[in-house]
Amino acid sequence: MNTAGKIFRYQLRAAVRSRWVLLYAGFFFAAAEGLLRFGGDSAKAAVSLLNIVLMLLPLVSILFGTTYLYNARDFVEMLLAQPVRRLSLFTGLYAGLTVPLMAAFVIGVGVPFVTHSFTSSTPSSGIDASALTILLFAGVALTAIFTAFAFLIASLCEDKALGMGVALVVWLLLGILYDAGILAIVWTFHDYPLETPVLAMSIANPIDLARILVMLKFDIAALMGYTGAVFEKFFGTGFGLALSASSLFLWIVLPFWAGIKVFIRKDF
Amino acid sequence: MTIIELKKLKKNFGTLSVLKGVSLSIEAGLTVAILGPNGSGKTTIMKSLLGLVKPDSGELWFRGELLTAKAINDGAYRQNIGYMPQIARFEENMTAREMLAMVRDIRNTTASHQLTKYVEELTRLFGLETQLDKPLKTLSGGTRQKVNAVLAFMFEPELLMLDEPTAGLDPIAASNLKDLILAEKKRGRTIVLTSHVMSDIEELSDIIVLLVEGTIYFQGSINELLGQTQERTIERAIARILKSQSTKNIKDHEHSR
Amino acid sequence: MTLLQTIILPIVASLFLLSQLTAKTFDVYPSGGALARVVALAHAGDTLLLHEGVYRESGIVVDKPLSLQGQRSGGAVVLDAENKGVSILFIRANNVSICGLTFKNVAVAYTTDNAAIRADNVRNCVIENNTLDNTFFGIYLAKSSFCRIANNVLTAHGSHESSSGNGVHLWRCDSITIHHNTVNGHRDGIYFEFVHTAVITQNLSTGNLRYGLHFMFSDSCVYEQNTFRRNGAGVAVMYTHNVHMVNNRFEDNWGAAAYGALFKDIDDSEVRGNVFVNNTIGLYAEGCNRSIIEQNEFLHNGYAVKIMANSMSNIFTHNTFEGNSFDVSTNSLQNYNTFRGNYWSRYQGYDLNHDGVGDVPFRPVRLFSLIVEQQAPALVLMHSLFVELLDIAERALPSLTPETLVDNEPLLKPYRKPFSHSSLSRK
Repeated sequence: MNTAGKIFRYQLRAAVRSRWVLLYAGFFFAAAEGLLRFGGDSAKAAVSLLNIVLMLLPLVSILFGTTYLYNARDFVEMLLAQPVRRLSLFTGLYAGLTVPLMAAFVIGVGVPFVTHSFTSSTPSSGIDASALTILLFAGVALTAIFTAFAFLIASLCEDKALGMGVALVVWLLLGILYDAGILAIVWTFHDYPLETPVLAMSIANPIDLARILVMLKFDIAALMGYTGAVFEKFFGTGFGLALSASSLFLWIVLPFWAGIKVFIRKDF
Repeated sequence: MTIIELKKLKKNFGTLSVLKGVSLSIEAGLTVAILGPNGSGKTTIMKSLLGLVKPDSGELWFRGELLTAKAINDGAYRQNIGYMPQIARFEENMTAREMLAMVRDIRNTTASHQLTKYVEELTRLFGLETQLDKPLKTLSGGTRQKVNAVLAFMFEPELLMLDEPTAGLDPIAASNLKDLILAEKKRGRTIVLTSHVMSDIEELSDIIVLLVEGTIYFQGSINELLGQTQERTIERAIARILKSQSTKNIKDHEHSR
Repeated sequence: MTLLQTIILPIVASLFLLSQLTAKTFDVYPSGGALARVVALAHAGDTLLLHEGVYRESGIVVDKPLSLQGQRSGGAVVLDAENKGVSILFIRANNVSICGLTFKNVAVAYTTDNAAIRADNVRNCVIENNTLDNTFFGIYLAKSSFCRIANNVLTAHGSHESSSGNGVHLWRCDSITIHHNTVNGHRDGIYFEFVHTAVITQNLSTGNLRYGLHFMFSDSCVYEQNTFRRNGAGVAVMYTHNVHMVNNRFEDNWGAAAYGALFKDIDDSEVRGNVFVNNTIGLYAEGCNRSIIEQNEFLHNGYAVKIMANSMSNIFTHNTFEGNSFDVSTNSLQNYNTFRGNYWSRYQGYDLNHDGVGDVPFRPVRLFSLIVEQQAPALVLMHSLFVELLDIAERALPSLTPETLVDNEPLLKPYRKPFSHSSLSRK
């Protein structure tokens, strides 16, 4: 096994014991279970969960990831003093953080949905498997993206307080301000056909992309009228799916790659 | 044989110049103490050798080989180095045993059985037997420092770099550690250490390197140091050098005005 | 009253009895043109008992008061037009009844509205317990009155609006009862034009290509306990006064142009106790005035109520709004309608004196819905954090949403009807 794999393995073992990871899984479990039990049908629960996933998951991932790398500073130094390449260490640590967070999310959200689909008596409250799959997939991708950003930021900023600030700003930018920008553009250029530009902008932001992919599964396309039809058509094509997948992939790879570049040059 | 050679090593952190062209060569088998005030660049020298800090210019030689950027990145040469950092707050949810296993795993050590025996010896020496299976977050700072020491020594490396090794240790553990260092020294290992404890330096080191603001002010044996400064203790000798240097600095400073 | 009781009723009754005494029953069996011949032979008041089998006949004109009945005990009595491009039965006399028959295969025609049963200018017809399958138009009544259409099952399999007919089609009729029919797969399930005082109860209209129910210029009709489900565009009713829609269900009409119910120019009407669930737009009102919308449930719709600015003086009260993406949407900052005492699941106010009425007014129009109303592409931002924040900000400092569109007495729990009929409507 290569060094990155070894580091990942040991990190994984440590992460299972981390109360933060357990808390994180517990939070999603409680949210999903609560929404399914008290929030009516599973489609509605999934939409509510979508809000939580889109808001909290990136925030937690980026803040947790940033803190994690800052706190692991001594550990990183010790490991770098071993015959280890920085690339291997970075990759191992990244996987060692991201995979447990993904697993916590998938288990936390997935288990209540699956148990409810088995225990519920009425067929209508059974889970919509494809919607849940998309939701889980979106959550997994967002985790990878925002932990990659976290590692980039923590490698870039020596000062922890500054790093946390930057992490928060990145989240604000992608999670809120970007959408404000879309709205501003829609408002300013309302005389033009905006479906394609809006589509492009949505694909360019991972949170928006994740949101729209899940929304289309919930038939919300109908609500969106012509815009929805354009979106549904686009995402129904292989090209649309390939473009979405590559967008998410790029959002993981680019910050990760930049993070490695910075990490390799960095002084400890 | 020269095991370490630094040639005109320079390093700036932003506007702060930490190493101002340090040249230093260390003979194999000797114990070298790098002394100097806080922020004088002691740790930076060690970290440069480990590849943790990338020097701006200058050369680093280890065992007769130039440490190029590629060599540093590959890191194979670090097989021969044991490092005990000043502070050791490691992955909190791991146990000491896992931590040792992890580093061993990463090192791809083949003679694992024998090593285990040696590790056992080391843990016994530091009284860590009962602490090995507790998560590191539950261990005290001193205990962690002992784990840290085990990590540095367990591979029996040719070169040991110990950054303030006795800081934070109780007197018994400190003296155990010093015994260990002396034993390693006897086995012909090269040891580079920093310390603020003069008695430790007197006890352990053959060579003293005095580093002030990124420049080497003195390099030689303890006797040479005492002889040169006409002082009776290392402490006073160093103080004298620093004092004369600072008055000279002030003069320089006034002169430049 | 006295006149009616003492003179007319006995006369009518005795005439009826007389006809009964002289009336004959014909047994009819399927063979080439048999039914048409028997109809021609029979006299007013006779009963034709059709026995099991397939009658490959169409264009049969019933021009005297006859009763056509499928024999109950046997198998299906099928009237098969074999796609010959003409209606199967023409009713041209009063007091005709058609019961227990199966009608099949009326061809699509683009110039004439062929149907299984066409009635023109008649009174007192009864069409009951029939099964219609693939009949282009189903039951087509023109200029008729006092008819009863009940317990029929109408099925069509059209795929295009232009080549499909309506299930129950009424034109210039009055006093018609349409009860407990099942209409499926037509263009419009139930279609009225210039129909008055009809009573439409417990029908199930599903999977029709265009509308489950579609009427225009049809005043003073009563719609109770019907279910309109999964129709292409839902239900659309227009240019009508005095509509009574009570305890109906409007379900699962989901699509870019689908409505639970689209009301256009509907005045002075009553919409009570209905359930609007899972529709893109639950209730769409345009140019509707002076109507009362009460005790309805709007559940899980995209838009529960979309009310255009040209609607005035409508009262929304005791309705339940739950789980809708948008509770109320409008296209204007002006509002001339009253919202009072409804339950809104989105309401977050409190009730200090525990009278069941929230102490803080509720503004059902989300700022985002106003934005979307003007800039449709903005809908892509739905469920985004930014939009949620926008709505929270607007709720805290209302400045852009219609000032008067506010429920000052929002309920903390859904309104409980004194007695619920909705459970009786067909599922």
